[in-house]
Amino acid sequence: MDPLRQSPSPSSSQASSPRTLSCEGLGYVGIEAVLDQLKIKAMKMGFEFNIMVVGQSGLGKSTMVNTLFKSKIWKSMMPGLRVPTPQTLQLHSVTHVIEENGVKLKLTVTDTPGFGDQINNDKCWDPILGYINEQYERYLQEEILITRQRRIPDTRVHCCIYFVPPTGHCLRPLDLEFLQRLCRAVNVVPVIARADSLTIEEREAFRHRIQDDLKTHSIEVYPQKCFDEDINDKILNSKIRERIPFAVVGADREHMVNGRCVLGRKTKWGIIEVENMAHCEFPLLRDLLIRSHLQDLKDITHNVHYENYRIVRLKESHALPRGPGWVNLAPAPPTAPGPAPTGTRASPGPAKVCRWAEDNSDEDF
Amino acid sequence: MWAFTYPSLPLSSVMATHGHKTSSLLSSVCLYSSGWQKEGPRSLTMSGHVGFESLPDQLVNRSIQQGFCFNILCVGETGIGKSTLIDTLFNTNFEDHESSHFYPHVRLKAQTYELQESNVRLKLTIVNTVGFGDQINKEESYQPIVDYIDAQFEAYLQEELKIKRSLFNYHDSRVHVCLYFISPTGHSLKTLDLLTMKSLDSKVNIIPVIAKADAISKTELQKFKIKLMSELVSNGVQIYHFPTDDETIAKINASMNGHLPFAVVGSMDEVKVGNKMVKARQYPWGVVQVENENHCDFVKLREMLICTNMEDLRDQTHTRHYELYRRHKLEEMGFMDVGPENQPLSLQETYEAKRHEFYGERQRKEEEMKQLFVQRVKEKEAILKEAERELQAKFEHLKRVHQEEKLRLEEKRRLLEEEIIAFSKKKATSEIYQNQTFMTPGSNLRKDKDRKKEPGYRLELLCFDVRACETIGGRKDAEEAPILCKTKVPDHRRSSQAKAIKMLEVCFDFLAVFI
Repeated sequence: MDPLRQSPSPSSSQASSPRTLSCEGLGYVGIEAVLDQLKIKAMKMGFEFNIMVVGQSGLGKSTMVNTLFKSKIWKSMMPGLRVPTPQTLQLHSVTHVIEENGVKLKLTVTDTPGFGDQINNDKCWDPILGYINEQYERYLQEEILITRQRRIPDTRVHCCIYFVPPTGHCLRPLDLEFLQRLCRAVNVVPVIARADSLTIEEREAFRHRIQDDLKTHSIEVYPQKCFDEDINDKILNSKIRERIPFAVVGADREHMVNGRCVLGRKTKWGIIEVENMAHCEFPLLRDLLIRSHLQDLKDITHNVHYENYRIVRLKESHALPRGPGWVNLAPAPPTAPGPAPTGTRASPGPAKVCRWAEDNSDEDF
Repeated sequence: MWAFTYPSLPLSSVMATHGHKTSSLLSSVCLYSSGWQKEGPRSLTMSGHVGFESLPDQLVNRSIQQGFCFNILCVGETGIGKSTLIDTLFNTNFEDHESSHFYPHVRLKAQTYELQESNVRLKLTIVNTVGFGDQINKEESYQPIVDYIDAQFEAYLQEELKIKRSLFNYHDSRVHVCLYFISPTGHSLKTLDLLTMKSLDSKVNIIPVIAKADAISKTELQKFKIKLMSELVSNGVQIYHFPTDDETIAKINASMNGHLPFAVVGSMDEVKVGNKMVKARQYPWGVVQVENENHCDFVKLREMLICTNMEDLRDQTHTRHYELYRRHKLEEMGFMDVGPENQPLSLQETYEAKRHEFYGERQRKEEEMKQLFVQRVKEKEAILKEAERELQAKFEHLKRVHQEEKLRLEEKRRLLEEEIIAFSKKKATSEIYQNQTFMTPGSNLRKDKDRKKEPGYRLELLCFDVRACETIGGRKDAEEAPILCKTKVPDHRRSSQAKAIKMLEVCFDFLAVFI
């Protein structure tokens, strides 16, 4: 409890410890109406959600995002027309405003083409971490202004979906390195991509192996065990934790199955329905991300990850030597402020952005 | 800057599909609403039900888990009905005792209660002014209130500026609304009321209420309200107006704005009216029902305060009043957003620059003090050296004087010794002479007494005796003896010796006569 809560002394204006009173039996007061007020306010303001997808090329990231939000966020990549793989990792973001039943959501999706595609993938996570930290930095700068905006625009990455290639064996060294570093900076949800190449038994085995790997390397993916607040959360989240990583299949085409129109992938041996729980676990992922835990993702980003970043940032700007020309804050370090930040802070340069300008010449908006 | 791409989806292909179970969005491309500040985001239409319409529910669930917090400040004279009104508002008996009228200063008393209604938990803090308007000299009445409000803002600001902070479970104690109780004189606002409200209006949302409204009749009440509002407006007091920007509640808020200030009656006593028990005040001439809209505006107040605008009050406190306080406080400390060349300055930079400056200043002061100290030490040293030299000189002088004295004394002694030697020589010669002239046998060492018996011849022997005595006595006697010859006989000599010496003198004279 706040240390300000002491018993009232004659000369102070401190509040006393709260006494619990119930006003149920004595008639209507109307405190409940505050929930409606909240809802109205939220609907008016709208929501923001920022998501990042990380994985090697060809694992179906863009398709997955399109499937999640049921719209063509990315122009789907046909194999023939692909843009040649960029030589270095680049990030690019797309922002959309989508509305459903009066609820407005501003969705930002960040893609990472070129991740893990080079021969030497050393430090390929640096640009990603740099991007994440840069978003935190922006928010921090806005927050410590004297005249702040009424509502600080939130570009921080709330969730990072990591696509694990369906090898069927275990997590690769690249995966482990990346997950270790990222879990301390952002909420990470690993998924098994292109799960239609694994049978159900293989999937289960792979899943267990991945869970063991994660436990061995003490990688805490979302939902993190340490943030479970009460018993309900624990029960709910442990159910989810049993199924992580979800084996998903993405599809943005529709086919007719038994008279229904479903999203799915059509192959010669059958149609894989994306939203069928027997075929893949996409509904679980969608429910986790959107329907039940979206607010929680944002909360944990704001209360935990952002605060950690802020602490490190404010502390280190005190420790800098004061010399001529030292006026600005230190450039944000690229590595996550988790395991033993090294003394040498090599700045990676801001993450590069590329425009899709050449492709979308036929846009009509 | 991030580049935003524009989705190149032809509208027609999307719209051709499923309108069945999805939301009504297909028919419209959503326009850029004014809540967003970013450039570029385009609206997108979805081809199916995604499900984020549950977002407000998720938010609500989280808020239910966390609980709500609301802080009310009641300002008004003692006995005007503040506690009763709060009790009535929240349907609970918070505290029982009445306050005294004899406090020398205005104090604030805050108490926190946890209320629960169905599944909503509310942490309610009621702050009461104790002794407001009771003193004879009311000049200091409103300062404690202003100080309290500022202290709450300060506590929040401190928490926000900490490095390791925990804002999400921080108990927010900032005052969200101030109910100002105006006493029902029917004429106008008192000066104290005006002053207090003026000093509070930029710090807190003020809702003025007319207390004990059952003391005014309806017509008087109308006139009173109009008078009050015009006075407030003409004096530039900004009271809280219910927000009218959201369509759902705009109409009701606007109409309520016209009823300000609310005339309220509070009571927790129940009286039977008709066939049910209502909260009311019983008079001989009738019953004033609290929840009857014709009798007083209590229901309106409850409606506005709790049911409709609680969230807005909290929002206004946080985004307007708190930000204002924060800005003033930080500017007072010297922080700015824009530096000297209009480059944006960060808080951190300014803070560090200030720290640097402060350290520099402190360094300089230290140097100064050091120098002063050194200088003083030098001065003192010089003085002491001077004193030392003087002492040395004195010592030398004394030593010299001493030397001289010593030399003189030596000289004197030498003289005296010479005299002694001369005298003893004289004695010796005279003795030899006497020996030659008076060849008497006998030992030299005859006793005094024997010699005294023989008159005439005892002189020379007496001389021997005296000298023997003298030699036995030591040099001291020898020194004194010639002096004795010359001067008078000292008293401490033995009388026989004195006599002997006297005899000696006589004999010399006698001899001198004979020779």
